[in-house]
Parts: sequence; structure tokens; C-alpha cells
Amino acid sequence: MKKYTDTGKKDTRSGFGDGLTELGKKNKDVVALCADLTGSLKMDEFKENHPDRFFQIGIAEANMIGIAAGMTIGGKIPFTGTFANFSTGRVYDQIRQSVAYSGKNVKICASHAGITLGEDGATHQILEDLGLMKMLPGMTVINTCDYNQTKAATIAIADFEGPVYLRFGRPKVANFTPADQNFQIGKAVQLQEGTDVTIIATGHLVWEALQAAETLNESGITADVINIHTIKPLDDEAILKSVKKTGCVVTAEEHNFLGGLGESVARLLSTHHPAPQEFIATQDTFGESGTPEQLMDKYGLNASAIVNATKKVIARK
Amino acid sequence: MADYKALEDLVIQVRRDILRQVHKVNSGHPGGSLGCTEFFVALYNELMERNENFTMDGIGEDLFFLSNGHISPVFYSVLARAGYFPVEELNTFRLLNSRLQGHPTTHEGLPGVRIASGSLGQGISVSIGAALAKKLNKDKHLIYTLCGDGELQEGQNWEAIMYAAGNNVDNLIVTVDLNGQQIDGSTKNVLPLGNLKAKFEAFGWDVMDIEKGNDLKAIVSGMKKAKEKTGNGKPVCVLLHTVMGNGVDFMMHTHDWHGKAPNDQQLETALSQNPVTLGDY
Repeated sequence: MKKYTDTGKKDTRSGFGDGLTELGKKNKDVVALCADLTGSLKMDEFKENHPDRFFQIGIAEANMIGIAAGMTIGGKIPFTGTFANFSTGRVYDQIRQSVAYSGKNVKICASHAGITLGEDGATHQILEDLGLMKMLPGMTVINTCDYNQTKAATIAIADFEGPVYLRFGRPKVANFTPADQNFQIGKAVQLQEGTDVTIIATGHLVWEALQAAETLNESGITADVINIHTIKPLDDEAILKSVKKTGCVVTAEEHNFLGGLGESVARLLSTHHPAPQEFIATQDTFGESGTPEQLMDKYGLNASAIVNATKKVIARK
Repeated sequence: MADYKALEDLVIQVRRDILRQVHKVNSGHPGGSLGCTEFFVALYNELMERNENFTMDGIGEDLFFLSNGHISPVFYSVLARAGYFPVEELNTFRLLNSRLQGHPTTHEGLPGVRIASGSLGQGISVSIGAALAKKLNKDKHLIYTLCGDGELQEGQNWEAIMYAAGNNVDNLIVTVDLNGQQIDGSTKNVLPLGNLKAKFEAFGWDVMDIEKGNDLKAIVSGMKKAKEKTGNGKPVCVLLHTVMGNGVDFMMHTHDWHGKAPNDQQLETALSQNPVTLGDY
């Protein structure tokens, strides 16, 4: 088994902030917009370095999306920053018409996604955003797993022409992917090689999947662990190749099982290579207040849940 | 000095284009289109500084954004007759595989359109973005926007109106088509807009009225005054007092023709009131 080391817990949103800082230095067309959450999104440094390219919109997310769409018309590459809830559900129609349908080069960057937002509770814990965004024609949807990957993704999407939804989170989590990684949109990352099961994870669940694979290995079960950072377009080839080898799959995400990564994988498999699948995801429910760890445990979004699901899916082969 | 005879001829021809487009497919929005015909003709032929070839980024020229996308018939006609695409293409309005969708879009690559609109209330925000980009690009040209009066019931407008004033977006002229009508009836009956002038001013805009919103000379001189107001730290709002359905007697002063096409007989009557000037497509 490959060994992955947590080089020190860091929040993915800081990866976004640091990526944006780097972009500010190297790409003069990059502009940043924020709806009164500059500190939460870690956009302070970009703001200080480039006051002329930073736009404080106020608590007006619909206007922020529209302004971002308009800025692309003058050749700018706008990065909007607010919580995932206010980046998607609140402004769905604005994104749909002014960004996606209009084909505008807006990067919608969303922090505090999922249940790990924690104590603020369900009003802020969106578990439906991946589904909302992936249903929009032409939208690229990315959910990164750690600080390094989020930073790399932030930099990479500036060079990609088209609307992107980049999702990341609030809590400090293991930082284990390489600092110098080459982030390729739409390309799955194979983290472990195995033959008994394919574990496909995204976001904060990738680290949990690696922990689960280690536990499974102790009982003689080897797993292909795949980090799907790009949910749309999905890396069909990597997934099919793996599932053809292992014959079953567990998907893991911090999202409702309706509309998320698991559904995308199920659609792919059902049309190309039907196989038993178990879903690690929330079960069509809202979240609640609690610490991130408590919530991940209560809603079954951790390594032990992945281990149990793996045993179940292997039995269904 | 503008050639008002030529502009008037164009107005009449555009009216014919509007009526014929909506009649052919028995759908579309003639009322608001007719009410804004003089404004569109003046804007594209007398007021805006436009480049000959269409580019999406519009650097080095004035840009126009239509927020109330349902009045696409007038937009399409004026764009076509300004040379953005063949006038004959008006024949494809709302048909399958057309670039002239029911509501304007960039999706089908129609020259002259820079954003999709139709879902109301988004145009001022987009225009602010384009105006900010112009400032970043040190491009001194202006952004023109048209929105409906009923459309101002959408809350996003007021986010945008607050932002533009608070951030000195002074290269922007938003014109409100003040015809007092919306689908369900008069704006007074559906949801009163109150004193729009006072509202825009309270938000920090420079506001002016064009009382004769269907008079070419009044529009040209009024919009030139609006242009003079730009660059002074405030966004500019023009309240354009129009008559919905203008130029077709039975379509005027009512909301009935907001989104309804004339039948064969009605078309004939309407066209007879607007005899051919430049030639039908």
C-alpha cells in the first residue's frame, strides 16, 4: 500500500485563498468578488495586494453573480467567493441564465460546503449544491479534498475557459496530496491499487477513504481508492477501468445521496458496466448543529462507515 | 445633426418587423417592443459609439444590455437593420434551430447579443460588471441598459442599484421603460412602484425623465443629456415615459398586447398604419 502522510491539518478554504493570492500575481485578468465574507473565504491577501481588482459586493449574492458575468464580457476572469449555500441555491437562476446559459467564464468558489460547516447548523450546511451545479449544462464541478489540492485547483481553473463551480470547506483537515501536484480538470487521481473494491471519494471523504483502505487491508481486503476531484465532467474511463477489475464500488461524499457523486457514478455504471454500489452520503436529510467530527459520525460520513459499506458491497458481488 | 426622416423611416420599418415576427409564429411580445422602438432606433443609430464588427468583449465601443429580454422582437429587428446579422434571419424568430430564440441569448451565437436575458431582474447587475470591466480596461466607453418598469419588482435590481451608486459606477446609463403596464395589468394594480425618481435618487443615482419617450427628438436630446451626466461619480437613470404598443392604435394604452400576437386581420390593420419604408425582409 502507498503511504499517505498528513503534513499538518489545514483548511481547504485557505488553499483557495493562497491559490487566489498566487493567481493575483501572475494573471492580471483575475478579479475577485466577495459578498461580505472576505475573511471566511481567505480572500484578504488578494484584497490587500490588488485593491483595484477586488470587489466587495455586500450581502447581495444575486448581484455578485450578475456583476461577475458582466465582467467576463470585458475579458476579466471573475472569482466569486461566498459560502456554498449562498453560492448555489440562493442564486441558482442568476447562475443558470447569466453564467451557464450565457457561457460566461465565471469561477464560482464556494466555501463552508457540506455538514462540516458545523455549529451554524442546517441553514448554512448545503448538501445539495453538487447536484444543483452538475445539472447545469456546461458547468464544470470540482470538489477538492485538501489544502494542496484546493490551491492547485484554484490556480488551474483560471486557465480553463468556461464556468466552474469550485467547492471546498471550513474545517482544518489532513493535508496529504503533493504541494507541487499538476491539477488536471476532469482527471481522476488513483491513490491506492487493489482488487476487491473500488472506493471513489470526493472532498473531505477522500482522506477517510484512505483510512478505510488501511483498515480493510488489515483484514485482507485491497481497495482501489480513487480521488474524484472533478464531478463533472466525470472521468468515466478511470472509473470503468477500476470497477471492471474490482466488480463493486463504494462512493463517498459530503452531500445528499440524491444528486451527488454517487448518482453520477451509478449512471455511468448502469449504462456501461452494472455493478453493486453502496453510497456514503447523507440520506435525503438536512444537517444540524454540532462539531464537524460529531456530525460526520452521526451522518455516517467517515472511515468506519466506508469500511462497513465496503464489506456490504463485496458481499453483494 | 440627426437625419430624423431616416430615423423615422427606420422606426416604421422596425414596427413592421416586430408585428410580422410575432404574427408568423403566433407568439412573442409586441406591446413592449413597439413601446421601445424609437428608443432602440435612436440608441443604435444615433447615440451609441459602435464598432463595425461584433466582438464579445466590446472593447473600444459602447455596449447595450437588454434586461427585459421578452422585447426581443425590437432588439432583433434593430440589430439586424444595424448590420449585425442578415435582416432575412428575422424570418426565423422563435423557430426551431434559430439563433433568434424567444428571449435573447449568446448560446446560439447571435451577433449583437452579449448575455442571455428573459428571467427578469438580472440586466443591471450584468451591466455593472461590464461597466467595471470597462474601468479596469481604461476604456472610456459607456454601458447602456434597458429594463422594464414592472421588472423593478425583482429584488436583485435593488441590490444592483445600491451597489452602482455606492461604488460610483458612473459609466452606466440605465433606462427604465416606464409604460406602467405588466402582464397582469397596470403596475399600479399589480404592485405599485411608487415614486421611482425619488427611489433612484435616494439610492444615489442621477435621475432624469424623458417625458416624450416615443418621440425621436426628445429621446436623442434626452439621452445626450444623460450621457453628459456620466463620469461624475454617479450612475445615471433615465425614466423613459413610453406608451406600450405605440404606433398601432388598437395596441396602445393597454397591457393586452404584452405577450400576444395579432391575427391575420389585426396584422393587416396594424401594417396599414405603418406602410413600408425600407422594405420588408
